[in-house]
Amino acid sequence: MSTTQTSAGRRSRASGLPGAGNAGFYANLPSIGVLLLWSVVPLGMTLWFCFRRYNLMAPERNGFDGLGNFRYLLSDPGLGMAVWNTVLLLGAVLVITVGLGTLLAVLFDQEFFGRGLARVLLLAPFFVMPTVSALLWKDMMLQPDNGVLAFLWRSFGFRPVDWFGRLPLLSIIVIVSWQWLPFAVLTLLTAVQSLDAERIEAARMDGAGPIALFRYILWPHLGRAVSATVMIETIFLLGVFAEIYVTTAGGPGFASTNLSFLIYRYVLMEYDIGGAAVASLLAIFLANLLALFLMRSFARNLDT
Amino acid sequence: MAQVELRQVRKSYGGDEIIRGVDLMLRDRELTVFVGPSGCGKSTLLRLIAGLEEITSGDVLIDGERVNEVPPSKRGLALVFQSYALYPHMTVAENMSFSLKLAGVGKAERERKVMEAARILHLEALLTRRPKDLSGGQRQRVAIGRAIVRHPKVFLFDEPLSNLDAALRVRMRLELTRLHRELEATMIYVTHDQVEAMTMADRIVVLQGGQVEQVGSPMELYNHPANQFVAGFIGSPRMNFLEAKAKENGEGETELVIGGSTATAPARLGVDLTGTGDAVTLGIRPEHVQVVSSGGLPTRVQGVEHLGSESYLHLATIAGEPLTVRVNGQTEVRPEQTVEVAFDPRFVHIFDRNGASLRRADDPSSSPAKPVGIGPGVSVV
Ligand SMILES: Nc1ncnc2c1ncn2[C@@H]1O[C@H](COP(=O)(O)OP(=O)(O)OP(=O)(O)O)[C@@H](O)[C@H]1O
Ligand SMILES: [Mg+2]
Repeated sequence: MSTTQTSAGRRSRASGLPGAGNAGFYANLPSIGVLLLWSVVPLGMTLWFCFRRYNLMAPERNGFDGLGNFRYLLSDPGLGMAVWNTVLLLGAVLVITVGLGTLLAVLFDQEFFGRGLARVLLLAPFFVMPTVSALLWKDMMLQPDNGVLAFLWRSFGFRPVDWFGRLPLLSIIVIVSWQWLPFAVLTLLTAVQSLDAERIEAARMDGAGPIALFRYILWPHLGRAVSATVMIETIFLLGVFAEIYVTTAGGPGFASTNLSFLIYRYVLMEYDIGGAAVASLLAIFLANLLALFLMRSFARNLDT
Repeated sequence: MAQVELRQVRKSYGGDEIIRGVDLMLRDRELTVFVGPSGCGKSTLLRLIAGLEEITSGDVLIDGERVNEVPPSKRGLALVFQSYALYPHMTVAENMSFSLKLAGVGKAERERKVMEAARILHLEALLTRRPKDLSGGQRQRVAIGRAIVRHPKVFLFDEPLSNLDAALRVRMRLELTRLHRELEATMIYVTHDQVEAMTMADRIVVLQGGQVEQVGSPMELYNHPANQFVAGFIGSPRMNFLEAKAKENGEGETELVIGGSTATAPARLGVDLTGTGDAVTLGIRPEHVQVVSSGGLPTRVQGVEHLGSESYLHLATIAGEPLTVRVNGQTEVRPEQTVEVAFDPRFVHIFDRNGASLRRADDPSSSPAKPVGIGPGVSVV
């Protein structure tokens, strides 16, 4: 949302004021129009519904409601949970995928037997649809009676864990991390491979062991790739939905509800369009806040 | 004291033997240049000394101690890479002090050493910059600075000037020799450029195909190449080689019949031809060939290169062999003309069929006092 708006703004500014002979502006009009339709109209409608009483269960009771929707949302105990879950899910998945991804990227940069096959297997999760992978995890891996993990737990003499009941958010973090790890490995591996061999040798001559090599040479070199990975993953992870829908349906309670799932709850479980609109507004706000933060801390890496 | 000794060093990659039994003694405080054509194993040899590659067999000794198993950072050497291999995210000062930092040297001491190196290399003003904001020559100097701060026993350079433009290369050449004098350091310098080798080296090691062809001072190699390869490699433009038949003429003189031409060269070359057969190769540098008015070897002018201070005639003998001659810059000779040339016998090299020099023991200056050029009646001084 935020990106489309800024690019629209930049384009119209670049072409200058509309005036006679300003062919650039008119040439850009179709795309500006599409962008307006795509982003500004929905945003406007969202804003409009924010201030309306509009519930599909009672469509006759509509009209302006002032800040009623806001008051209702802020008093909803689910909201705080959803924001917190969203941030936690995002943060945890980023840490896991980038951390593990860096390790795997370094590993896959080495020569070893069967590397080609291992690479293909590693990338496979990325090509599985979110709903399918969520189902795989739900019914095959984490299922408390017959799941693979339950089997492992039992064979070591532990009681199997009811993952989705006890640790719903952690389970979702695991699933989403599994899906996004290949992406992180792929981008980081290309970066690892682009590291000049002579630079490593120079560091070795300077007395750097494996840890110093990683800390002072490899990690700074990966900065750009890590930034790109974090930004792209953030865009997608803010909107995680299918994994929650398939596995926990946001529960128990609000334990695994994030913002996008909260919006869904308002619209399709409570039919409260007004409340959903306010939650969406909040999601946009959160996304922009994160985008701003990312731009500040990571985007600088991109142009060096 | 810093001495590097190689004993029967060999290196193979898979089945290919790249370094084939190198014995070398690199002396303290000398600037030794490894020179040879591309792919001859110069870099590999340097990396074996540095410890970046493992030796397949043989020994490397530094100051008499065997260091085959010592890791690169512990050998007391510093290597300057062709690509400079600077750390892009560190400033110039951080680049130079990285090794000290890893060695646990204190901050004040690090700064002092960096400042000292920066002063020697005129880098004081650039210490806070990053490598991407430096010119090629400045980056080069930072790479050298990184070596200097470590006070290594031996500096190793792998073609450090090959990424610089011609003018800067000449300047850096001088600067490196100045540095060598100032630091009184032992240096090993790899290049494929024989001009760099000639101008910088105390001693040159000529390599080919993973073997040492000859070791000696620049002028030794220029005057007494051990074989045809060294003769052709050292000196620019390269030495001319002509097929010739050598005969004793019965008076203790050697007569050379140069391919395709009837001209003969009776001259006391001091060459012992017993057992070599009569087919030899005559070698003569462009600067030792004279254009004569008559009685010389007839040739046809293929092209003329004017460099201003001098000119080069590219000639072809009757047999079609190429011959380059250095002449005065104002020469009037034009292509397609016919000119006759004579060789100063003091500078004639004779190689046997295997390329080994037959005049090795002989010093040109002690050659017979009565030089006779090509063809009867032509004498050249
Ligand atoms: N890691 C390696 N594996 C296999 N062969 C190698 C390896 N490194 C070098 N070689 C081979 O060893 C030979 C010598 O390489 P080297 O880099 O020492 O040449 P060089 O004399 O430095 O040449 P240049 O002047 O082009 O730098 C080359 O034929 C090269 O292909
Ligand atoms: Mg090389």
